[in-house]
Amino acid sequence: MAQALVRFRELGIVAFILVLVALVSLLSPAFLSLDNFRDILLNIAILVIVALGQMLVIITRGIDLSVGSVIGLSAMMVSFTLVVFPGLPLPLTLLLGVALGATLGALNGLIITAGNVPPIIATLGTMSIYRGLIFLYSQGSWVNAFEMPEGFRQLAKAAPLGVPNLILFAAAVVGLMAIFLTYTRRGRDIYAVGSNPDAARFAGIRTQRVIFTVYVISGLLAGLAGVLWASRFEAAQTNTALGFELQTVAAPVVGGVNIFGGSGGVVGVVLGAFLLGIIQNALTLVQISPFWQLAAQGLLILVAVVFDSVVLRRLRRGRT
Amino acid sequence: MAKRFLRWEWLLVALILAMTAVNTRLSPFFLDSTNLLRASSDFLEIGIMVLPMVFIIITGNIDLSVASTLGISASLLGYLHNAGWNIWAAAGLALLLGALCGLLNGTLIAWLGLPSLVVTLGTFSFYRGLAYVLLGDQAARGYPEQFTYLGQGRLFGTQTPVALLIFGVLALIFALVLHRTRFGRYLYAIGNNEDASHYSGVPVRRIKLMIYTLSGLVAALAGLILAARFGSTRPDIGSGLELTVITVTVLGGVSISGGKGSMVGAVLSLLLIGVTRFGMGLMNVQGQVQGVVIGLLLILSILLPNLGRWVATRPTFDRNLLLRVGVPLLAAALFGWFFFWSRGLALAIK
Repeated sequence: MAQALVRFRELGIVAFILVLVALVSLLSPAFLSLDNFRDILLNIAILVIVALGQMLVIITRGIDLSVGSVIGLSAMMVSFTLVVFPGLPLPLTLLLGVALGATLGALNGLIITAGNVPPIIATLGTMSIYRGLIFLYSQGSWVNAFEMPEGFRQLAKAAPLGVPNLILFAAAVVGLMAIFLTYTRRGRDIYAVGSNPDAARFAGIRTQRVIFTVYVISGLLAGLAGVLWASRFEAAQTNTALGFELQTVAAPVVGGVNIFGGSGGVVGVVLGAFLLGIIQNALTLVQISPFWQLAAQGLLILVAVVFDSVVLRRLRRGRT
Repeated sequence: MAKRFLRWEWLLVALILAMTAVNTRLSPFFLDSTNLLRASSDFLEIGIMVLPMVFIIITGNIDLSVASTLGISASLLGYLHNAGWNIWAAAGLALLLGALCGLLNGTLIAWLGLPSLVVTLGTFSFYRGLAYVLLGDQAARGYPEQFTYLGQGRLFGTQTPVALLIFGVLALIFALVLHRTRFGRYLYAIGNNEDASHYSGVPVRRIKLMIYTLSGLVAALAGLILAARFGSTRPDIGSGLELTVITVTVLGGVSISGGKGSMVGAVLSLLLIGVTRFGMGLMNVQGQVQGVVIGLLLILSILLPNLGRWVATRPTFDRNLLLRVGVPLLAAALFGWFFFWSRGLALAIK
């Protein structure tokens, strides 16, 4: 039953996406092309990667507001390192970003689990701290495209397999995350802790360790995203990914991840991010002023939660 | 309980004194009544928004949309001013719009039972987005002097900002409502146990609706003051302030899980953050780097008491604990080393 409902939840988004696609393609024929589809995927790839980490955190009833700053700090530190060592192999570059992000995530996890600080406070604090560290680190300077090695700039863009690497990275993270959440014990533990922390503890799950882990994963993915961000935009700035954390929360929420914890899945998050991407893309194609973009994004979150609450809850009540 | 609140407020006083002492030693310009009063302007809009935020957080909710409400209201003011409206009529409509924004938040939260975090996250984007729709890449400027007096004016030939008087009066009213009225008691009751309050006859929904509407109205007022102080409005006016507002509130001892907190604590915390930021500003510390200190203050204010309580339970330092705490700290130490090492090398080249 529960499984069917979860599927139904995502059916709502799928329906919404289809209606939107039909509408936009009527208004702008350029919308339904392979090139445009690839553009949308490129634009949401980084969002998907970070939003999946955010999803894990939200399932455990937490929130990670520091991801935007982690992306920025990772992008800056990796880019600075490349200025010093232009010959650094790409795998090591990626690993560096992942390690930096995981460390920052571990600090979040430590403050939240060992320090018993509410997640919203802890990550609100580290959001300012990590952002400030970018300034301390770079002294306000930027890393521009000409300072970056050619290989690194191609990392996100190149398409040796016919599809840009950036999309492949996102697809790999989606796949790994789906397996982790569905088929591993650690993954199932995350849902258990989110649905009922007390019951999970009595069932022998080390809840604190699970919570610590989700913040490490969220940080790790944000660190990876930082490297990809620097490569894609060929720059690292002090305001890289400023405010991005809100989109990473919006994608899971629109995708049906319950903010009270315990439910939600990879498919929903991908669809949520896809919906955000389509709207952004459609506004441009239909030539609506870009100033509407932020408002549309906010409205979408509101519509999603109201729809979920009013329509789905009633339907569910009718079914059970 | 009351005793613990008191202790928290004394701690804030001690921190304010310590920060003042440090700043006075470091900069000869710090302890100067003219400078201090002028600097207070920078925190009054924040302080005004903190007041209803205390109400909201005490009930166990949150409002992430305050700075966006400030933005949309100030943008409406600018839009109407550009269209040739009388400034006071425009200001009245801006206040009304702020209240409506709050009412929408309150309706979704109180009547549909949606989580305040998600609702106000949505309206955070929505209201700010509408501000951009209103003004686009335009700025509104050229407000009449009677209006800019609201943000730039000084009282009776002294250096006291007009906004300080507004903040003082509002703070007094909010403190009295919170600590001396039934409405105030209800806020604590809702924060401690919403269901129990509901069954005891507390009009939970109506109260939530009221505090969110109030928050919107007050945010619009802060928007008018900020627009008057700048003498112009751009659609990004005040963006990011919600984080400072929440930081001030929580640092003031208002528990994010609801049911605890006092207005005195929130005002003291505003003073602490104001003194800290002003001092760092005098020493040319960049705004974002100041964020490191504010973020640390926020986390430590909750972390340290928790650690103290934990140490009081005389925990055993077994291998498990050492691993759990030690490994992240070791990683952080490595991170710190890499941070300075790579920074030094890169800055030498750049």
